[in-house]
Amino acid sequence: MTIETNPTPVDSTTFAGDTVRTQSLGGFFQEYLNRLRGGDMGSLPAILGLFVLVVIFGFASDTFTTKLNIANLMTQAGPICVLALGLVPVLLLGEIDLSAGVAGSVGAMTSALLIVDHGQGWVVAVLAGLAVGAVIGLAIGLLVARLGIPSFVVTLAFFLGLQGVLLKFIGQGGSVRFNDDVLRGLAIKNVDPTVGWIGAAVIVVGFALLSLRTYRVQVARGLQHPPMSVVLIRISVLAVILGALVGFMNQNRSRNPNFPIEGVPRMLIVVVALLILWTFILTRTRYGRHLYAVGGNAEAARRAGINVARIRTSAFILCTMMAVISGLLLAANTGKVSPGSGGSNTLLYAVGAAVIGGVSLFGGRGRAIDPIIGGVVIATINNGLLLLNNASWINSVVTGGVLLLAASVDAISRRRRSAAGV
Amino acid sequence: MSEPLLELRGVNKSFGVVHVLHDVDFAVYPGQVTALVGDNGAGKSTLVKIIAGIYGRDTGDYFFEGQQVEVHSPRDVAALGVEVVYQDLALCDNLDITQNMFLGREEVKRGVLDEPTMEGRARETLSSLSVRTVNSVRQTVASLSGGQRQTVAIAKAVLWNSKIVLLDEPTAALGVAQTRQVLDLVRRLADRGLGVVLISHNMTDVLEVADRITALYLGRVAADVAAKDVTTTQIVELITAGRSGDLGISENPATASV
Repeated sequence: MTIETNPTPVDSTTFAGDTVRTQSLGGFFQEYLNRLRGGDMGSLPAILGLFVLVVIFGFASDTFTTKLNIANLMTQAGPICVLALGLVPVLLLGEIDLSAGVAGSVGAMTSALLIVDHGQGWVVAVLAGLAVGAVIGLAIGLLVARLGIPSFVVTLAFFLGLQGVLLKFIGQGGSVRFNDDVLRGLAIKNVDPTVGWIGAAVIVVGFALLSLRTYRVQVARGLQHPPMSVVLIRISVLAVILGALVGFMNQNRSRNPNFPIEGVPRMLIVVVALLILWTFILTRTRYGRHLYAVGGNAEAARRAGINVARIRTSAFILCTMMAVISGLLLAANTGKVSPGSGGSNTLLYAVGAAVIGGVSLFGGRGRAIDPIIGGVVIATINNGLLLLNNASWINSVVTGGVLLLAASVDAISRRRRSAAGV
Repeated sequence: MSEPLLELRGVNKSFGVVHVLHDVDFAVYPGQVTALVGDNGAGKSTLVKIIAGIYGRDTGDYFFEGQQVEVHSPRDVAALGVEVVYQDLALCDNLDITQNMFLGREEVKRGVLDEPTMEGRARETLSSLSVRTVNSVRQTVASLSGGQRQTVAIAKAVLWNSKIVLLDEPTAALGVAQTRQVLDLVRRLADRGLGVVLISHNMTDVLEVADRITALYLGRVAADVAAKDVTTTQIVELITAGRSGDLGISENPATASV
């Protein structure tokens, strides 16, 4: 956007040039292209990549596009997406949390032990798990924000230490069963097809009403607003995606005709609910605004009266609590918590998912939807390569390569942004 | 002359053994641009930080609108209606103009950010300052030039109905056209009745927009004069030697017995 080159005052308004821009669809599209060229890619590379991956795997494997596998893929993507979503507040600050995967499993272990050994209900167990996550997050946050240790070091220490905690409580080679009906059901049960349709309809109608109301206010007060056509296109795209998803999932995907499997996996509901929650937090609350501000320029935020240390600490608390939810979903997938849960590359997949989706590692940039898209990409790579019966080393190499690619896109687009000034 | 909006009397400040400010008197009048000039180390920044409440005073009184006030923190000063625009502008590149102007003081309606109100007020403020260089209040700050950023930073200070705006070297990093825009804006602020303090090294800028000039020399006020009564040469002499003809400190404080 070449703003500096056209400082010519226009007509008689006092605040010249502040047009409520982009009245036409074409103009809006042109502006989007300009933003892309300026390096503001958002999650476009991830969406294109996902498309390419689906086409490749679709041709290479007979089973990839089966309904059963797509449903599987979604439950595999769930924990990655939620963990990546949890990393967003931390990444927005330009920090990192390497311990989130393991911390999530410590929380999940707490829940599992409470259910198995102490006969607690799932509500108490989940709340206790979240509380453990909050305490771990608080400890990390205080060390980073108050003591000033780089988050990389603090969370690396927690990554190692918490693995020890898992070993201590579960025991070498052991595991804790995770078979509570409700929690395990998140991975293996589905929503009734009718309820799925109703949920999708509620989301689409809610989004449409909010968008149209915002549009009306913007027009009435003479504020900057996109053309009506763009608003309608956004609503339609959401309706089509949700409709296709629910429609696809509501078909029977069982191999055995006597036991139909149909409906949206319950895990998807959790992911969508968290996505809506975080979109709200990041775009509609002061807290979200302050996260972006601290990530963009901590000194400016401090001078604006924002308590930077508190924002930092809270980001780690929220991240670890989200990690616990992710740990619970992971345990629901596998049916147990073992000492290795959440270790090895769980966290790196999540960081990869966030970065691939378009969250900047340099802080200050990213939306709640980005890590979800990135998580689906990572899960697709894993799922597809597994179906092709490749050796697992290929899986690691490919995932590593994709992460590197995403980080490069992030770095390059950041450089282009500062050059183009978008 | 009208009553000063803000007045410091007999301010002394030491950092350890270094006596930075000696009995400094400083006044800001409504509707006037007061330029604060002085060489490096003359105590300009220290004085600004004392006004801003970042540093305390060893001795001396702080008057606001004729009343003696106690200020202990930047928050107290902001509550009086004094805003400081620092040299490194303290804007977030990744946020847009509206978001930056309301940073830390966002309008909230029923727990949710009230974007329409904020955008509307940002637009009003910019248009009331006759800002013609910004295309949209929804541009990110990253896309702005240095002059535009300075404009946003100043507009941010004005948005809160402040009575005094202190500008620390607002034109230091700007080109000719952008300096022009910012100086025009500084003038308009004063014309709106605000007290403006302009800290600058650039004598041309100072003589162009300032109504009064306070020159500091080695931590003392060398002169506090009306801008129309002095020439560039006189100001430069006041800055470098502390005196110029019959203006300034009678005895060189560097060689005077303490």
